[in-house]
Amino acid sequence: MNFVALRMLTGDRAKYLGLIFAIAFATFLLENQTSIFAGILKRTGSQILDVTDAEIWVMDPQTEYFEQTKALKDTDLTRVRGVEGVEWAVKLYKGNPVARTTAGKFAVSFCLGLDDATLTGAPRAMTLGSWERLREPNSVVIDRAGYALLFPGEPLRLDRTLELNDHKATIVGISDASAPFVSWPVMHARYSEAVNFVGRERSQLSYVLVRPKAGLSAEALCARIEAQTGLRARTTNQFLWDCIHYYLRNTGIPVNFGITIAIALVVGTIVAGQTFYLFTIENLKQFGALKAIGVTNGRLVGMILLQALTVGFIGFSIGTGMAAGFFQVTLQVMATRGIVLMWQNVVLTGACIMLVVVLASLLSLRRVLVLEPAIVFRG
Amino acid sequence: MIATPATSVQCRGVLKDFGQGEARVSVLRGVDFSADSGELTFLVGPSGCGKTTLLSVIAGLLNSDDGEVELFGQRVERLPDDQRIRFRRKRLGFVYQQYNLLPALTAAENAAVPLLAAGMPRPQAVEKAAGLLATLGLGNRVNALPNKLSGGQQQRVTLARALVHEPSLILCDEPTAALDHATGDAVMELLSEHAVHPDRSVIVVTHDTRVFKYADRIAHMDDGRIVKTEHPRGISTR
Repeated sequence: MNFVALRMLTGDRAKYLGLIFAIAFATFLLENQTSIFAGILKRTGSQILDVTDAEIWVMDPQTEYFEQTKALKDTDLTRVRGVEGVEWAVKLYKGNPVARTTAGKFAVSFCLGLDDATLTGAPRAMTLGSWERLREPNSVVIDRAGYALLFPGEPLRLDRTLELNDHKATIVGISDASAPFVSWPVMHARYSEAVNFVGRERSQLSYVLVRPKAGLSAEALCARIEAQTGLRARTTNQFLWDCIHYYLRNTGIPVNFGITIAIALVVGTIVAGQTFYLFTIENLKQFGALKAIGVTNGRLVGMILLQALTVGFIGFSIGTGMAAGFFQVTLQVMATRGIVLMWQNVVLTGACIMLVVVLASLLSLRRVLVLEPAIVFRG
Repeated sequence: MIATPATSVQCRGVLKDFGQGEARVSVLRGVDFSADSGELTFLVGPSGCGKTTLLSVIAGLLNSDDGEVELFGQRVERLPDDQRIRFRRKRLGFVYQQYNLLPALTAAENAAVPLLAAGMPRPQAVEKAAGLLATLGLGNRVNALPNKLSGGQQQRVTLARALVHEPSLILCDEPTAALDHATGDAVMELLSEHAVHPDRSVIVVTHDTRVFKYADRIAHMDDGRIVKTEHPRGISTR
């Protein structure tokens, strides 16, 4: 009887396509909104994730997220280096100088000062030039989006100059740094120069980047550093989640996106569920005829679930394809770069859609199961 | 010696009410009715007299409130649900006024549904149904969808669906009501020619007097009771 179920499903082309479209639309909406939400939150830790050569971030105990830095003392670096299990530890500075072009265009930027000797934390993905050129005096590496912001419409070119806090800085490389939460240029410079680009303060050290010795886990070393120095030490992943949680707790993003996602969920699932429910109800007489002929309730349940899972799977696949296509296009756009369709969102949406379709079919099943087969004798 | 036809359907004092309290309506008020194998029995009477309800009770689609219904000597209403469904699937065939064909299936596939429900593989079931449709004059329309068939052709598909699994009892509800005279006559001709069989009983609910000529027995029903039984080719009993 499976083929009868599938023919009943596909026989009315308009209803069938309506069902598929409703589920595809719901899938697209859910995957789209949840992926954008996740992508934006991930951006809060972009600069943390871009540092691939260190595994631990040491900071002031009150620091809650990447933007919120309270300078450490220079001696803190030495104290961290003294902790058993530290392979190496280097300093990292983060400041927000205003970058100005000779044409007068300006923008607040992220300026990351890297350890002069090792350049630990330098961007490894370069679009143009080389991060090794940071060793040249007054040099900076700027990200592509920042370049486009400061030099709109102009081709990528090295050795252009910027003014940072009355200091001349030469662009020696254009990086492909991950997009930050706010659309500011991301610049990398040597530590000794970055502090000048921002302006001298009594203490400058923002973070200490640490790599544990082989065989020692980052988590264990974090605990050891905290115990011995009183500073806060987080692994890269922990620090990323600190940032995400901070933004979730303290900004309107989760509420705004939560509402959008809830609307997408409600609209998408109601449309999909109701369409399938109506489809089954409209076929009640056909199910009645099958019951009268002697098709068991168990077989009818199987038929309806097969119909539900078929439209659910096809609709979900099309919707996921649409979402993948959408993100493939927006990935090329500067403002939305880095926001992708995450597999977790696909899995969650799939579970959600299947749940809704099965729930809708269970609701309609109830009508079929209590249906009197004698209905077939009523004209 | 002439063989006595076996009684296939026997109803005694069947009662059936619908609704509750003041809205309660007695539709069957003690029906005594029987049908024999090898006969075409008509159940006739005015609208609302309880013909279709009696047909539903005989088919086991509705439970009576009281009385006895025996099909081939078996009290079907006493069977557990799964056995009753199996009994219906194997031994009963249905012809409806509104055909109740599945619009997405071809004529042959529609006619094959009882075989598919019984678990026969699709190719064999459809082949057998197509053969039957050919004997009913629809050999060239086996792959047509119901909406491409005329009313008479659809009723012939319904007839094939009722016959395909070779049931012992065929129940027809107003099979000619939606058809013009000539088409209705043709359908009844096919019904009497192909459905009536020494091992099978056919009960037709109708108030189409034009087709009474096909009946072996006519049970007249009024106000929830059988008021008269006629044997057009024999005696009449009251």
